[in-house]
Amino acid sequence: MTDTPGPLEYLRRWPIRAWLVVVIVYLYAPLVTLMAFSFNASKRNIVWRGFTLDWYRAAFADQDLIVAFGNSLTIALISTVVSVALGALTALLLWRFRFPAKALLEGALGLPIVVPEICMGVAMLVFFTQVMPWPTSLAWPLNLGAIIISHISFSFSFVAIVIRGRLASFNRELEEAAKDLGAGEWRIFWDVLVPHMQPGLIAGALLAFTLSLDDFVITFFTSGPDTTTFPVKVYSMVRFSVTPEVNAASTILIVLTVALTAFALKISGGTVAAVEAGEGL
Amino acid sequence: MDESWRKAKAVFAALSAPPVIWLAVFFLAPLAIIWGYSFGNNKSLTEIAVDGTFANYIHAIKPLYMGIIFKSFGFALITTALCLVVGFPVAIALTFASQRSKAWLLLLIMLPFWTNLLIRTYALMAVLRTEGYINLILAFFYNALSRLTALTGHPLAAFQPLELLHNNFAVVFGLVYVQLPFMVLPLYAALDRLDRSLLEASLDLGAGHLTTFARVVIPLAVPGIISGVLVTLIPSVGAYLTPDLLGGPSSQMIANVIERQFKTANDWPFGAALSFLLMYMTFLALAVQAIVSRGRRGRREA
Repeated sequence: MTDTPGPLEYLRRWPIRAWLVVVIVYLYAPLVTLMAFSFNASKRNIVWRGFTLDWYRAAFADQDLIVAFGNSLTIALISTVVSVALGALTALLLWRFRFPAKALLEGALGLPIVVPEICMGVAMLVFFTQVMPWPTSLAWPLNLGAIIISHISFSFSFVAIVIRGRLASFNRELEEAAKDLGAGEWRIFWDVLVPHMQPGLIAGALLAFTLSLDDFVITFFTSGPDTTTFPVKVYSMVRFSVTPEVNAASTILIVLTVALTAFALKISGGTVAAVEAGEGL
Repeated sequence: MDESWRKAKAVFAALSAPPVIWLAVFFLAPLAIIWGYSFGNNKSLTEIAVDGTFANYIHAIKPLYMGIIFKSFGFALITTALCLVVGFPVAIALTFASQRSKAWLLLLIMLPFWTNLLIRTYALMAVLRTEGYINLILAFFYNALSRLTALTGHPLAAFQPLELLHNNFAVVFGLVYVQLPFMVLPLYAALDRLDRSLLEASLDLGAGHLTTFARVVIPLAVPGIISGVLVTLIPSVGAYLTPDLLGGPSSQMIANVIERQFKTANDWPFGAALSFLLMYMTFLALAVQAIVSRGRRGRREA
């Protein structure tokens, strides 16, 4: 019996398959070569001259790079916690209540998602130099405040969308049952709503963390000489030259991101979270 | 659902105060200040007087800057068109894949999106350089060909690497690379909701796959196409990193000009006006989308 594809099984037809292969190669070949050449013994970064870990040693010995990496993780962590809290409140507010100017608030919450990064970057630059100058002499991590605040501002709307999507599937009868059984607002919130929101909270947290870790443009405008993040540091390295040390540093970040994504997918049950997060955009 | 805020004022206040205050102070206020500056002028190095002048906007519509705005739009439109053409078959493959391969394919498409934008751009620099991989591969085939022709006594001239980096081509190549996942996801979301029996009916009634695609799939996917176009177009117009790292002196886009006004030229009011021109264009695009989708909904209900 020949195994011919059904009429709608497009994935099993060769033109679609060939196209997919080309697109995947296009998306991955640059990243894979970048990672491979971080182990290359030649500094010229183009022809394979044998395996080495020298560039990783160089990257780990680069004090500025390590500090920038630590800053990035700290910023992402704090920004994620605050964004998830604000996003959850926003989602609950919009899901539960009817109030005047609701449409206006929804529109305003959509702004951080649609406003071009560069506009938000310069707005934050002006805000933190003219209106609320952020003291530069503060102890770490307080000196990162301006960057953290900017990151929260552009992240929490995304988080709110993801959590609101999750709340849509909440069965209101559960809340009523809890109320009938004598639970107050607070009890209902912690024991009924939060457990239901949990996958949304995790997906939102992952999204906020990645958005923060990934951001270059807005950070570029809010960071100072003592408060560089990993992307800002890599940017200044790339401007000078293409070196295997940058490859090594990038590889570490890629591996970290992939590990985080895998972890989030595992705990939030399959690709649902990734799809929700992606469609929220 | 949809409880009136009057019924639980304390809960309403507790839920609404933190996000509303944060949004107002740390997002709307900074934007409002920039908006104000776009009507101001430089009094001294550090002082800006907001006196309602339109001089900055008039400055911005001079041919030099209009050219850059048009160029940004041109790049973004080409990028969006390429993403649509490249992404549509991918979305089709995703839609009609089995549950298991669908999850893996989605992950494959999304994973580059999760990796850092700067790293992705840097990876492209290594690919496109004159001593990059594309030129390396081309040189390999060229030299092989040259060896063949040498057998007939006519060796080719030495290989000249193509200039692929620091030009307009590199910018569009990089923008497509970065934006492709943004196009695929909304397309997939729209196609996945599509009623498959319509496609089966079309195929049963004798239409070929291409006819079905052109006359059934595409018209039904229009909402997805529109949102895909928007989420690709808007970030592309305002792209900063891609033209900065991959572009040459003549491929600067509007975001690069804005950055220069704030960081080196120190003409904040003019930079503010350019930023808000970009914002106005974004809002215009969104308004057009809203009108188009409302028109479609209206027609369907009629």
